[in-house]
Amino acid sequence: MNVEEIIEGVLGENRRLLARAITLVENEHPEAKEILRRLYPRTGKAHVIGITGFLGVGKSTIVSKLTGEFRKRGKSVGIVAVDPSSPFTGGALLGDRLRLDGADVNENLWLDEKVFFRSMGSRGRLGGIAKKTGDVVKLLDAAGFEKILVETVGAGQGETGVLEVADTVVVTLMPETGDDIQVSKAGILEIGDIFVINKADLEGAENVERWLKYMLSLDEETVMELSKLSHADEAKIMQKLKWKRPILKTIANKGIGIKELANEIERHYEVIRKNGMLEEKRREKAKLSAIELAIEEIRFEIMKRYKQLLDGEMDPYTVADKIVGEVLK
Amino acid sequence: MERIRILLAKVGLDGHDRGAKVLARFLRDAGFEVIYTGLHRTPQEVARAAVDEDVDVVGISLLSGAHIPLVPRVIQYIREYGGNPDKMLILVGGTISHDDFPKLKEVGVDGIFIPGVPISEIIKFIKEELPKKRKSK
Repeated sequence: MNVEEIIEGVLGENRRLLARAITLVENEHPEAKEILRRLYPRTGKAHVIGITGFLGVGKSTIVSKLTGEFRKRGKSVGIVAVDPSSPFTGGALLGDRLRLDGADVNENLWLDEKVFFRSMGSRGRLGGIAKKTGDVVKLLDAAGFEKILVETVGAGQGETGVLEVADTVVVTLMPETGDDIQVSKAGILEIGDIFVINKADLEGAENVERWLKYMLSLDEETVMELSKLSHADEAKIMQKLKWKRPILKTIANKGIGIKELANEIERHYEVIRKNGMLEEKRREKAKLSAIELAIEEIRFEIMKRYKQLLDGEMDPYTVADKIVGEVLK
Repeated sequence: MERIRILLAKVGLDGHDRGAKVLARFLRDAGFEVIYTGLHRTPQEVARAAVDEDVDVVGISLLSGAHIPLVPRVIQYIREYGGNPDKMLILVGGTISHDDFPKLKEVGVDGIFIPGVPISEIIKFIKEELPKKRKSK
């Protein structure tokens, strides 16, 4: 299989070749970069939705139900679901696909031609996604999938990597996952465009809702107050205020609240498309990924050239200065 | 870097997956990426997952005795969906009678593992046989 064949396959809705292309990208195969470079002009049409949240809150179930809902609305859906790779062995148990609705319900998402599900191990990257998740999303985008759902690793507090790939971020919580101090901490709760309290039939759902509302109201106040101090970011701050972040309650395994969630996801996309935030976000992402790629190559080069040096007896600070001095020359 | 990807599947009306889950865990610890399908999958669903996930190994676990009708269909659908089962390692595990071994081998099953086989043997089999299988044809 050569590059031409794979590119043609991805653009021509050939699932087998799309699957192969994803593997090449994931494995950082030498030809992957050329494939991505060539497909890049065909990307940017998909709406990328990140689903994140603590482990066990129901992300995979929400992904399955959302997929069903978007299919009802006539959209094709690509899914990238990331689970953690072991830091010791590199192995991973990828257990998101199994939540996808199959033969036991009306619509079989496993066999739907307009659904493509891919499981990924995080392969050493922290932050809730894999190093190549963004590139795999690009492939699905080029292949013509209209909605792309990215399900993160079960995230704790600081896993905000999904921001790098998603246009719309859905943060999922459930009852009994902390109190008002927990929701005031920096990190994952800052990145949500939409909040979902899943398993809302469990006791304590109202508390989570109350705390979230309190957090969001404080957010608005701090944004207003801080806007008095700095002038530079005023435009950004005003934009932030244009989208009032909704809190939804769902019982995903029963399909309750999913339609409303899909509505809010669509509404968010409309708003950011109209106010220019989408374009800005994407420009920012493209810049960041260029930097990432450059760093990756430099890193590789350093590892190759300086292996001996790194094994030496000099202290790491001196070695680092030497390396930087030479690489930047 | 390349990682060996394994689809671990439960096919048909068989509600017991303790064994499959234990195996999934061991395979994870052996450094493989393991995708578990969950219970009650159809042969088409397993085949579609094997192709889309671009796995190297398909492990089908059955305790229902229905391996003769189901396993060949999985292989047939992998081919139908554009995959190449000749380059994948196809493994079957569970309560398989020795009399059925030749039939399964004939349709393209590479390894059959019945209760009592140590898991290390399965891992060894994958590591030794997969490279051979990839080179063939």
